[in-house]
Amino acid sequence: MEIFKVYFTASDLKVIAPELVLTIFALSILVLSVFVKTGRRNLLGYIAVIGVVVAFFSLLLGIGKDMKAFYDTVSTDPFSFFFKMMFLIIALLTILASLEYTRRENIDFGEYYVLVLFATVGMMLMASGFNLIVIFLGLEVMSISIYVLAGIMREDKRSVEAAFKYFLLGAFASAFLLYGIALTYASTGTLDLGGISRVLTQRVWISSLSILITGLALLIIGFGFKIALVPFHMWTPDVYEGAPTSITAFMATGVKAAGFAAFVRVFFYALPTLQTYWTETMWILAVATMTVGNIIALYQTNIKRMLAYSSIAHAGYIMVAFVAGNDLGKASILFYLLAYVFMNIGAFTVVILLGKKGEENTLLPDYSGVGFKHPLLAASMSIFLLSLAGVPPMAGFMAKFYVFSAAVKAKYYWLAVIGVLNSAVAVYYYLRVLIYMYFREPEKEVVIETFSPAAVLAVIISVWGVLHIGILPSTFLALAQRSVQIFL
Amino acid sequence: MNQLGFPILTTVTFLPLAGALLLVFIPKGREELLKRTCLVISLIEFAVSLPLFIYFDEEKAGMQFVERIPWIKEWGVTYFVGIDGISILLILLTTFITVLCILSSWTAVQKRIKEYMISFLLLETGMIGAFVALDLILFYVFWEVMLIPMYLIIGVWGGPRRIYAAIKFFLYTMAGSVLMLVAIIALYFLHGKATGEYTFDLLKLYQVTIPLKTQYIMFAAFALAFAIKVPMFPFHTWLPDAHVEAPTAGSVILAGILLKLGTYGFIRFAIPLFPGAAFKAIPVISILALIGIIYGALVSMMQDDLKKLVAFSSVSHLGFVMLGMFAFNVQGVQGSIYQMLNHGVSTGALFLIVGMVYERRHTRLIADFGGLSRVMPIFATFFMIVTLSSIALPGTNGFVGEFLILLGTFKANPVYGVFGATGVILAAAYMLWMFQRVMFGDIRHPENKDLKDLNLREIITLVPIVIMIIWMGVFPKFFFKKMDLSVQHFLYDVKSRYAGKQTSYLEKRPPVDKALEALSIKLVDIKE
Repeated sequence: MEIFKVYFTASDLKVIAPELVLTIFALSILVLSVFVKTGRRNLLGYIAVIGVVVAFFSLLLGIGKDMKAFYDTVSTDPFSFFFKMMFLIIALLTILASLEYTRRENIDFGEYYVLVLFATVGMMLMASGFNLIVIFLGLEVMSISIYVLAGIMREDKRSVEAAFKYFLLGAFASAFLLYGIALTYASTGTLDLGGISRVLTQRVWISSLSILITGLALLIIGFGFKIALVPFHMWTPDVYEGAPTSITAFMATGVKAAGFAAFVRVFFYALPTLQTYWTETMWILAVATMTVGNIIALYQTNIKRMLAYSSIAHAGYIMVAFVAGNDLGKASILFYLLAYVFMNIGAFTVVILLGKKGEENTLLPDYSGVGFKHPLLAASMSIFLLSLAGVPPMAGFMAKFYVFSAAVKAKYYWLAVIGVLNSAVAVYYYLRVLIYMYFREPEKEVVIETFSPAAVLAVIISVWGVLHIGILPSTFLALAQRSVQIFL
Repeated sequence: MNQLGFPILTTVTFLPLAGALLLVFIPKGREELLKRTCLVISLIEFAVSLPLFIYFDEEKAGMQFVERIPWIKEWGVTYFVGIDGISILLILLTTFITVLCILSSWTAVQKRIKEYMISFLLLETGMIGAFVALDLILFYVFWEVMLIPMYLIIGVWGGPRRIYAAIKFFLYTMAGSVLMLVAIIALYFLHGKATGEYTFDLLKLYQVTIPLKTQYIMFAAFALAFAIKVPMFPFHTWLPDAHVEAPTAGSVILAGILLKLGTYGFIRFAIPLFPGAAFKAIPVISILALIGIIYGALVSMMQDDLKKLVAFSSVSHLGFVMLGMFAFNVQGVQGSIYQMLNHGVSTGALFLIVGMVYERRHTRLIADFGGLSRVMPIFATFFMIVTLSSIALPGTNGFVGEFLILLGTFKANPVYGVFGATGVILAAAYMLWMFQRVMFGDIRHPENKDLKDLNLREIITLVPIVIMIIWMGVFPKFFFKKMDLSVQHFLYDVKSRYAGKQTSYLEKRPPVDKALEALSIKLVDIKE
């Protein structure tokens, strides 16, 4: 029974070094959490931060060594490097934002940090997976961790509802994805992305085209659920609103970015020959996602819910680049996600800082008068929101500019026009927050309940990211462009 | 590259930003210090901008004080700034008006002075940046950046309906400009495909030949963005709201500078980039401008609120600017640019004057006044001069501008000229009628009996304006000689490209004296 023996070498392990580091740290935190008293569990958070930093360095060590491992199921290449870097930034910012917050909300369990790290491992696997099964495994590792995290506020009905809803619908979506993988396998005979691409270019698949197209559709649904495309977005608002704010930030950025990583890799690496089949569907999805997300966001009064709908709309903008599908488009997906990470986590961190125990203080009127009471915090929030709205010189503008350039270059003029009009509509709801912060007198005393230096650090890093990408984007552009060269 | 050997345009652009950063470190409570520092910064800024005027070489038609540094190499975006005879005067107007705005806010703004002053300085950076930018993306960035401080100025320090006005202002401008962004991107790829060089450099983009149909669409996208800003009828509805709700200095800067960015956008971007479409659009733009002139004037006549009256008069005045520009002859375009400056000075002054009355009486209704000239003689004098300038009395700046515009328009199309001229009469009617109701007659309201006349600070604010009004009125040559060549070159360039002769702005352009020769021939053509 030779085939059951697993062979792997040290060089295989090197490929997944960052994932291994995170796993080791996660397991150690799990053990340590037994010994650390309640109330001092921030220590575990700091260990998690160290874990992320170490993982980052182990990632840097692997720069430039493109290789595949574990029988070509996992690959390190510039593409996975870009996303892994992004996930580590997301994890770092999330943990920083969580440190005091978890204590305030009584969810400072060791498991909290463990699950965040595990979810990050899952995301990284999704980005580096070179085999449909590995991608699926990564997705499940991530999803299951997130299901638990969403419901970690056991006492809070909304949190439990969020977890349950997310789990039920997520399980459904996973089934769709798996079915899609199965049909793809059935028609091509391989799960390896390179293999699928080779089979498809050899055109021996024509006989099983209908199966393949069905598989394609199911894959779109499966990924579409994770990145919350309309009409697979129904779970998003409730889950984002109910989950702890730090986890909402994590989901809105990490899960979405991971979903896009796998989506882009599978579609542009394995299935580019089918581009003619999916472009129109994607066009419709992009327009629907932008428009529905923005229009519903106009009516929200809860800031978490508003940001949830806005994150749907942002997925729509990214889909514009996906439709364009050219080199510019692929690079702009990566660039957009990076910009989006900073501005979105930043905004959620400010929400955390201004929040009160029991997830209070997340309604728009609660922000009245914050602008002059906490000028720096409000200024940061304005930077994040204006960036989300796409106003220069913030990162969001450069990202949108890039995305719409890709659409114009691919001659999708209407798509670009619909996109920019959408972003003009979106300005309204972002400005509403500014209206409350600056133009209204405070209705009640605005106090920051728990001042958290770590969360402030997260805000500072985010502001830096937003402004750096917005004013001097060259480094990040070059990085994004290099990362998508694997698709050439 | 630069006749001063010093990055003067960058200094002028970012000095207010540096000043704003300085203000951040002054504690909130030190209000006097904040105001004084801000005033000093704006004065330094004005002083720094003066060398631009002095060292500006009026013998050259091209861009001057040019600075060019690659910004985003991957996209071909450069930090490319420079000015010519068209933008130089607008920059000086900006630095000049800002000083007056800060002076006028001395007592009018009571709360959150620090944030107010910071917003103003940020706004100044945005405006000057938009005037000097010669890279489309750089321009777009400044164009949008301006919105944020102006939004805050209206929204925080404005009147009762300020929130509505602020958001309307922001959304109108934003909605107009996003389509321009798409057109910019499309233009970029068009030029890139044609020449192989992907760049947002305006001067290079001037040279690209665009099929007429594409030009129409792109011109429409650009024109919409600028027409909203101007504002041209029927996109003017945000203006009265924004003006009425904004604090005095906000209105001044809005009328004085921000609206000029719309007209400047036409002359710098929309027309020279798409000359074919621009010439075809003459009837549309001219008729809209005429409607704006007459409609604005008629609506002004009916206003019972002073500030609204001035706001609608802006619609009328800016109609003149557009009319002159689209006459496409030297008189029309020069008059148009001159009228931009005039409007900045005189309408700015009108808003200041309304603000001064409002500070004393906390009302702006015309019916609440009457006979003010008896109690406020100094005020009455200033008000009269500014009013006369606004109705274009000979000897004031307004006359020079409107006269040239009408001259140009009559040459281009007498019918437009006739309708345009009625605007001058209507302007006299509504302004003088308003002046009569506010200043003359008996004092009907006892509150008006012991109104204080202008204090020293207010006089200092208004004196420079009056000097400018008369200076620009009796000695216009001083200003015209700066823009002369640029305007002629603009017309030569646009017309020759419209006629199908592809002359490039930079390389194929004959040396200056030859250009002049060619121009004189062209001018004869125009005169016929």
